[in-house]
Amino acid sequence: MTDAAVAALPATASRPPRSQWRDVWNQFKTHRGALVGAAVFLIIVLLVFAGPFAWPYSAELIDIRARNQGPSLGHPLGTDQLGRDMLARVMAGGKVSLAVGITAMALAVTFGTTIGVLAGYFRRLDNILMRFTDLFLALPLLPLLLVMVMLFRERLASTFGPAMGIFLLIVVSIGLTAWMQTARVVRSAVLAVKQQEFVLAAKSIGTRERRIVLRHILPNVLSPIMVSATLGIATAIITESALSFLGLGFPPDFPTWGRLLYDAVDYLQQHPERVLWPGMAISLTVLSVNYVGDGLRDAMDPRIRGR
Amino acid sequence: MLAEANTMRPERARPADTLVSIEGLKMHFPVYKGVLRRKVGAVQAVDGLSFDIMRGETLGLVGESGCGKSTTGRAILGLYRPTAGKVHFGGEDVAAIEGERLRRLRPKMQMIFQDPQASLNPRMTVGSIVAEPLVEHQVAKAGERRARVRELLDQVGLNPDYVNRYPHEFSGGQRQRIGIARALALDPDFIVCDEPIAALDVSIQAQVVNLLQDLQHRLGLTYLFISHDLSMVRHIADRVAVMYLGKMVELADVDALFSKPKHPYTRALLSAVPVPDPKIEADRRRILLKGDLPDAANPPKGCRFCTRCPEAVAQCFDVEPEWRDLEGGRKVACHLAN
Repeated sequence: MTDAAVAALPATASRPPRSQWRDVWNQFKTHRGALVGAAVFLIIVLLVFAGPFAWPYSAELIDIRARNQGPSLGHPLGTDQLGRDMLARVMAGGKVSLAVGITAMALAVTFGTTIGVLAGYFRRLDNILMRFTDLFLALPLLPLLLVMVMLFRERLASTFGPAMGIFLLIVVSIGLTAWMQTARVVRSAVLAVKQQEFVLAAKSIGTRERRIVLRHILPNVLSPIMVSATLGIATAIITESALSFLGLGFPPDFPTWGRLLYDAVDYLQQHPERVLWPGMAISLTVLSVNYVGDGLRDAMDPRIRGR
Repeated sequence: MLAEANTMRPERARPADTLVSIEGLKMHFPVYKGVLRRKVGAVQAVDGLSFDIMRGETLGLVGESGCGKSTTGRAILGLYRPTAGKVHFGGEDVAAIEGERLRRLRPKMQMIFQDPQASLNPRMTVGSIVAEPLVEHQVAKAGERRARVRELLDQVGLNPDYVNRYPHEFSGGQRQRIGIARALALDPDFIVCDEPIAALDVSIQAQVVNLLQDLQHRLGLTYLFISHDLSMVRHIADRVAVMYLGKMVELADVDALFSKPKHPYTRALLSAVPVPDPKIEADRRRILLKGDLPDAANPPKGCRFCTRCPEAVAQCFDVEPEWRDLEGGRKVACHLAN
């Protein structure tokens, strides 16, 4: 073994360590569900963000003579009770819903992971942070959200403009009320990981606490974080629709998937397809994101990667 | 560069050949109970150890499971904060310092762990595992570091081209070699080997032990070799310390200890070692200890071994034997030994 090593030494001595992201990508490619999920998600994103530029109808254009139409060539998804084109509205709504879902999820997961890691790793912080988490879990979320929206909507709208202001408000309020599950799951994972000998080994080397957390703890609790992140997008989209439904999210004429869904509920018996479009969009997004998350989680685990 | 750091260390007035000196080391873990989580007692994992480790020697530390061997090793390295006692190493009291001062001492004292599977981060490549000490103590630039990692892997008998592999791709013996390479990265003086062979196949154990011995001769290392494998300790150690229930009962040169054990517990322990000679083995008389290891949170009064000692006299149940010197540099804690 050693002879072979010596022989191979001069040729490869200067070779840099191989890129771990390339390995991750190679493994990700072998996960069929994840690839399909990524493709579907990309198509949704593309449709939602580039689609409106290619589609002749605007989401706000009211054509009262063409109202309540079923799917046709001119209006592939039909029109609503004011004659607005449903495809345009689904695309416009997706822009908001996706942005809210992803940003709110990112916020919640970052916050939850931070709290979870701190509580799990630093014993002194554990009690106070977990009681803080319990406090948030015990709060009735919807009323809290309503109060937050009531209190801050005007102020934010006047500072950042009506659309941006309400977007910030909704993202922050959803983010601040959705991090608790992540925090608890991450904490328990950290508690398990920090008992492992490699953490003690890092301490005996003299690795600083911050590096131990970032290099040894975090990568090993990636799986639960990934799962909460993918589930978090779905929860955020749905919470946003609930807020919109209660009239405290985006303004009524501002389409989001949740808004469209609730608007269509009134016409469920006459025009059932109108519930279907935003519902399908939400489900497809959530499903594809879940598959991507699943693939990413596997791809980032070197133990699974080789197989 | 590493050699320079070596000479920078201030040396205290202390016998030149003593590398580590432990005085009255105690490690108690508190026990909390009840609704109010009040402290009701303490598990006395290590209770008052005093011994020296000489430069360049291998001190074997043996004892049954749960007697505090690993705790002793970890407390010496400052991984636990001892309840009491001093650990003199490199001109500092490891037990008293913390933070940056302790961190500066780390390169000189390293540890090899029992479970090579658990002691390597599964998400890091072998290269980054072995390089971690170098990165943390900033001893080399990236290029030099890669060369040093390859050199270290070669030193422990691994192919240097394995740097990009992950720990799960290796066998147990190879993983232990990775752990050894990591411990060697900073040119330590002192290595605590915490049962480094207990989790390995018997066929691999000898390889790893021979590697450790070989490295000791080449690099002038000092080992605290924790093990419950008496034959392996006999093979590798220069001196052997025997622990029972958080206390040291006997410390002697390896030959003296194995040929003339002074403490009844040592005798019982040694009688359990099989002899690879059928004739002697047939006559071998085992001293079977009665009962279980007492609770370390509530150790017996007097000598800790009195509840199971086949030779105990009345004095043993009342008076704790002191840790005294016998001739030939041996130490023993028993009223009856002479």
